[in-house]
Order: sequence, then C-alpha cells, then structure tokens
Amino acid sequence: MYSAVSAVPLTLDGVGKAFTADGRRRAVLAGVSLEVAAGEVVALLGPSGCGKSTLLRLACGLDTPGEGSVRVGGRVVSGIEPRCAVVFQEPRLLPWRTVEKNVAYGLPRGTTGEKAWQEVAHWLEVVGLAAFARHRPRQISGGMAQRAALARALARRPGVLLLDEPFAALDALTRLRMQDLLAEVQSAAGTTVLLVTHDVDEALHLADRVVLLGVPEGGEAASVRSVREVPGARPRDRGDAELAALRVALLGELGVHTPVRL
Amino acid sequence: MTLTAPKAVANVQKGRRVALGAVVPLLVLAVWQWAASSGVYSAAQLPPPAEVVAALREMVGRGELWHHIAISTQRVLAGFAIGSLMGLALGGLVGLSRTASDVLTPTIQAIRAVPSLAWVPLLLLWLGIGETPKIVLVAIGAFFPVYTTVSAALAHIDPHLVEVGRAYGRKGLGLLGTVLFPAATPAILSGLRLGLAQGWLFLVAAELIASSMGLGFLLIDSQNTGRTDIMLLAIILLAVIGKLCDTVLGVVESRLLHNSGRGTSSG
Repeated sequence: MYSAVSAVPLTLDGVGKAFTADGRRRAVLAGVSLEVAAGEVVALLGPSGCGKSTLLRLACGLDTPGEGSVRVGGRVVSGIEPRCAVVFQEPRLLPWRTVEKNVAYGLPRGTTGEKAWQEVAHWLEVVGLAAFARHRPRQISGGMAQRAALARALARRPGVLLLDEPFAALDALTRLRMQDLLAEVQSAAGTTVLLVTHDVDEALHLADRVVLLGVPEGGEAASVRSVREVPGARPRDRGDAELAALRVALLGELGVHTPVRL
Repeated sequence: MTLTAPKAVANVQKGRRVALGAVVPLLVLAVWQWAASSGVYSAAQLPPPAEVVAALREMVGRGELWHHIAISTQRVLAGFAIGSLMGLALGGLVGLSRTASDVLTPTIQAIRAVPSLAWVPLLLLWLGIGETPKIVLVAIGAFFPVYTTVSAALAHIDPHLVEVGRAYGRKGLGLLGTVLFPAATPAILSGLRLGLAQGWLFLVAAELIASSMGLGFLLIDSQNTGRTDIMLLAIILLAVIGKLCDTVLGVVESRLLHNSGRGTSSG
C-alpha cells in the first residue's frame, strides 16, 4: 500500500560557495565533487564550521552554489527541490500544530483527504508516535520532537533525505535509539541519505561511505579530503574491531589522536 | 467526585480573582462618598454616588442613554474595523518587506507622533461634521497599535520556522498562511486589543469637539449645563464599556490561543 520511495542519486559537481560578511568575501566551500548513488547512505564528517551544513543547504535548494552544480536525480537543483526533505539539528516543529499536523506539513503537494491521513498515521507509526498524534510539540520530549521531524521529512517521500546533525542535540541514549530507528527506516524505505554529522561513531554506524570535509593546508575553503567505504553491511555492530580501526583513522584525520597502548 | 475537584478549585480561584479586582473600585466608591459628604467639595463639584445613580435612572427613563451609548459604540466599531484592517495590511507589508519598511516606516512613525486632538480641526475642515470625521479619527487611533505590533511580530518571526516552511515547499501566500501568520497570531491579537482601546480614546476626542450625540458629547454637554453627575456618569460608562470590549476580545484571544495550544492569557 505504501509504495517504496523512489530513491534518486545526488550529484555535486565542483560546488563552491562564498558568503560576504562585513564587506569581506569568505569562501566556505570550493571544488566539492561528490556522487551519492540512489539508496546509498553517505555521512559528511568534518570539524564544526567547515561548511557541512552549507553543503546540505545547497543540496536541497535553500542556498544556491556560487560555482558548480547540484543535481538530484539528474536534474539541476534550482530553487527548493521537491524531491529532497530536510531534518534540521533542532526539530523545528510548528508549535501551533499538533504532532500529526506537523507531520502532514511534510506531505507532497496534492496529497489530501483520506490518503493524507493514512500517510501521516503510517509515518507516526513508523517513528513510534502514534499515541502522541494529538499532542502539541511543547508537550513532548526533545527526542520525540525529533522523531516527529523525521516523520515529517519521510512523509514527503523524498528521493533524497538530508539530515543536518539531526541527533546532535539529544542525550546519548536517545541518540543511539534514533540512529537505530533511522537505520531501520532507511532500509525499509530505501531512500538516499546524506547525513551531516560531527560524530564519527554515528557516521560509521549508519553510512555506506564516510566523506571527510576539511580545509586543505594553506587553503581557505573546505573541500573533500577523503572518502572511505565503511566495511560490512548495515545494521552494524557498534563494537566491531574493523570499525574501531577506521574510527581511530578518521579521528586522527580530524585531529584527535588516540594514545597507543603498549 | 475526584473529577469535579479541580473544577471546584478553579471556581474558587476565579471567585478570589473577581473579589480582589473589586477591592479598589469599592474603595474609590467609599472615598468618593466620604469626600462628597464631608463638605470639602461642593455638590456641583462632586455629587455623591447616589446622585450619579439617579442621573443614570433619569437618562435611562428618558431613553436617551442607549442612544448615546449606541452611537458611540457604532463609531468605535466602524472606525476600529477600518483602522485595524489597514493596520493589518500595512503592518503586514512593512513586517514582511524590508524595502516597504525602509520606504514607509519613517513617515508612519512621524504621523504617529501627531496627538489625536491635532487631527480634529483638519478632519472637520475636510470631512464636515457628520459621522465620517469621527469614524476616521477612531480609525487613526485603532490603526497604530495594530500596525506596530503586527509589523514588529512579522519582522521577528523565528527564521528557523520560516526556513522549515521554505524547505517544505511553501512560498508566498502558502508561507504566509502556514508559518508567518500563525506565528504572529498572539501579537496580532494583542495589537487588536490595544487598537480597540485606543479607538475609544480617540472617539472621545472626536465627540468632544463637534457632535450632538455620543458619550463624548455627553461629557461636553454636561460641562456646559453644569450637570457634574452626568459628567461622572459618562466617565464611568466609558470605563465600563471600554473594559467590557477588552474583556470580550480577551476571551476571543485566549480561545484562539488555547485552540492552537499556546496557553491562555489573562482577560
């Protein structure tokens, strides 16, 4: 009944972006090229302020690139891209709407009536909020609000799901549960996912590939520093030894060095 | 029983609030009575409360009081409707468009600085002495609080929520209807309340100058005829009707905000 999402590829081709503040132009991203295959989960990792979120905003059309192009499903993004859905770091639910009406806000244009309510009920069920459909955002916890935000994004049936540090503001335990929920939903829906995070473990747990963004030495703007395949099929064991090694390598690239024990 | 208990508690609290709110008016009444009977003021300066009640009876009996109240209320409602609609429209424009704000704000702020009475001679000159100048003056009075609160509220909406609206494909009227307007609703409602209150203030300014009916006319007429009791009655009526109007809008406000899950505000 709920047709699977038709996942689409996301292509960044030589993307650059600069912002002007106080009359000074500051390049944030330069020459970022990245190909995310349909149905693939890619984690964007990098130190804070390196332009991860900017890249994500370019992907959904909230910002336009200064150079290069962004393509979703082969079509160049101009303006808000209807096949993308974003989950922000904060839930950003509309406080005057109930949880279910917030989820309904994500429905694609033209979904109305009985079909719309079935969709909303389905996604509320998926994120485990069916019992809270009539609650207001301020009546539910931060973790539940973020689940509602995820349901709102899923209700859009996005070809590409864009997640901007979606679990960063949650407590450690809730974050782990949310990661498992996301992995589950992704494998069921099959959507393409671009996940911005600064959490190496989260990236390794969820992604097929981890893309490290960073500013090259002597440079000003961030670009892709490395791309690594994460071994093993999802869902992954958080304690896997091979992942632990990759974790140490990634943290090293981010400037966090693990002491060597003899 | 356990289900009715919270309601009973709420009723007690409400009764307490009404009782506390009545303390100061009763005190004023007592001081008034004492001042009137102590001989500090002559009866022409300060008639006792009983005489004001007698004046009320007399005017109700002659059937003219309703006339004054009705015409004043009509002027306020008509002026408020026009003024608040213009306030919503211009406040919306200035709140949403930076350019419109840059063009209009200095002028509107300057016009706002003009005292209500300053408009009266000009309005009489241009619009005659009929209903129009009075309604226009009330509209001017109602306009500014609505304009100010609406433009400020729209200009200060959480940009995060606006971004959600944009990211989920809303723009133009869709964005206005689903994010901007609902987010500004509390401010718009309190702006409307302030506008209505200011409408009453400007009404009296209009009626004091050139009118043959209404509560403002009653004030100036009672001064000319030395009827201090009627003067006091008119002032009390303005206070009571103004408070009543505000209470009605307050109830509407808390209903609307409660329905949208944003708690209640005091009426």
